Amino acid sequence: MRIAVLSGKGGTGKTLVSVNLAAVTKTSTYIDCDVEEPNGYLFFKPENIQEEEVSIRIPKVDEKLCSGCRKCVDFCKFNALAYIKDKLIVFEEVCHSCGGCIMFCPEKALTEKEKVIGKVQKGTSNQVTVYTGILNTGEASGIPIIKKLLARNKPESDKQTFIDCPPGSACIVMESIKDADYCILVAEPTIFGVHNLAMVYELVKVFNKPFGAVLNKCLEGENPAEKFCLEKNIKILVRIPFDNELGILNSNAEIAVRKNEKYRTIFSSLLETVKKEVHHETTSNS
Amino acid sequence: MKIAIPVDEKSLQSNVCVSFGRTPYFLIYDIDTKKSVFLDNSAAASTGGAGIKAAQTIADNKANILLTPRLGENAADVLKAAEIKIYKTTTASAKDNIDAFIAGKLPLLNEFHAGFHGHRGN
Repeated sequence: MRIAVLSGKGGTGKTLVSVNLAAVTKTSTYIDCDVEEPNGYLFFKPENIQEEEVSIRIPKVDEKLCSGCRKCVDFCKFNALAYIKDKLIVFEEVCHSCGGCIMFCPEKALTEKEKVIGKVQKGTSNQVTVYTGILNTGEASGIPIIKKLLARNKPESDKQTFIDCPPGSACIVMESIKDADYCILVAEPTIFGVHNLAMVYELVKVFNKPFGAVLNKCLEGENPAEKFCLEKNIKILVRIPFDNELGILNSNAEIAVRKNEKYRTIFSSLLETVKKEVHHETTSNS
Repeated sequence: MKIAIPVDEKSLQSNVCVSFGRTPYFLIYDIDTKKSVFLDNSAAASTGGAGIKAAQTIADNKANILLTPRLGENAADVLKAAEIKIYKTTTASAKDNIDAFIAGKLPLLNEFHAGFHGHRGN
C-alpha cells in the first residue's frame, strides 16, 4: 500500500503526517520525495546509510564535427543551447535531458555525457526504512531522483509505504503520486490554506486517486479548510489540534508518536482510517 | 555600431522593458546611419531559457552594445561570448538612454542576477 501525503504549499504538515504515520506503523517505508528540501531524515535520524548518486544525460559537442547548422538550437524548447561565433554553448543546468538535440544533429557532433544531479540515501530508524532524495542546488528538475526513489520501492503488499511529496501541484508532485494507492491532502485552517488545498484537490481528481484530507493546526471557531471539504464532499480523515506541545516536539525534530501517547493515539487512528479507506476503494473498484 | 535595447513598444520614445529575456520587442539602433529596426522577441513566450534565446537574437542581429536595466547570468554568458558590451540604462525612455550612451554617461552593467527560476510550487 502506497500512501502519498501532499499539500499545495510548504509548512502545512506533510512531513509531520507522513513521518508520524510511518513511525506508528509496524513495519514501514518512508520516502522523502521533497528532494529540494528533504527534512524527514531530521526526524528519523536514520542509521546504516547507503548512498547512490543520480545522474542525467546531457549533450556534449564535438566542435570538429559541428557544422553550425543550428538544428539543435532551434529544436531545444528550453533554450539550453546557443550558437555564438562558430561555437555551440550548452547550458547544462537549463537542459532537461530530452536527447532531442542529439537525435536531430545531422553531423553526429552531439553525444551524451553523464551529469550527477543529486543522490538517494537509504537508512533505517527502528522499524522504518527511510529513503531520502537530495537534489543538488541549481539543478532544473528533481524528477530523475524521484523516479529512482520510487523505482527502488516496488510496492510490497505487507508493507506500508508513505511518500512525503514536494509542495505544490507541479510535475514533481505528479511524479510522486503517480503510483500511489491513496492520497492524503494536508490543509491549514486559513483562506490561503483553502487555496492551496483546492490546487492539490484538483490534481488528485485529474489523477483519479482516492483521497482524504487531514486538517492540521485546528483552532476553535470557523475552519475555512473544513468548510471547503464539506462543500466538495471530501472525507476528513482527522483533525490535528493547533497544539504548543506538538509544535515543540516538531521543532526539536522529535517524532511525536514516539514521545507522546496522545499523538500515538491520534496517528494510530488516522492509520486505521486510511487503511479502511484504501480497502474500501480496492473492494469498490474490483 | 549597433545598439540593442529591450523596449515595451515599437517606438524610439518607448520605455525600456524591465525584462531582457521576455521583452516584447528589441530596438536595434544603428549609431552611424541613425536607423531604427524593431524586432519581435521570439523568446518572450519561452517556458525557460528566454534570456539565452533573446541573447542569441541580439548576437544574430550583429549588435555591438546592449542597453538594459538588468540581465540574467545565462544571457550575460551568451553576450560575453558574442563580445557584446552591456551597459545599464538609467532613465525610462529608449531615446534618452541612446543619447546618454553616446554622451558616454551610461555605466557598464556588471552585476547579473541568477534568474527567477526554481521557485517552489510552480
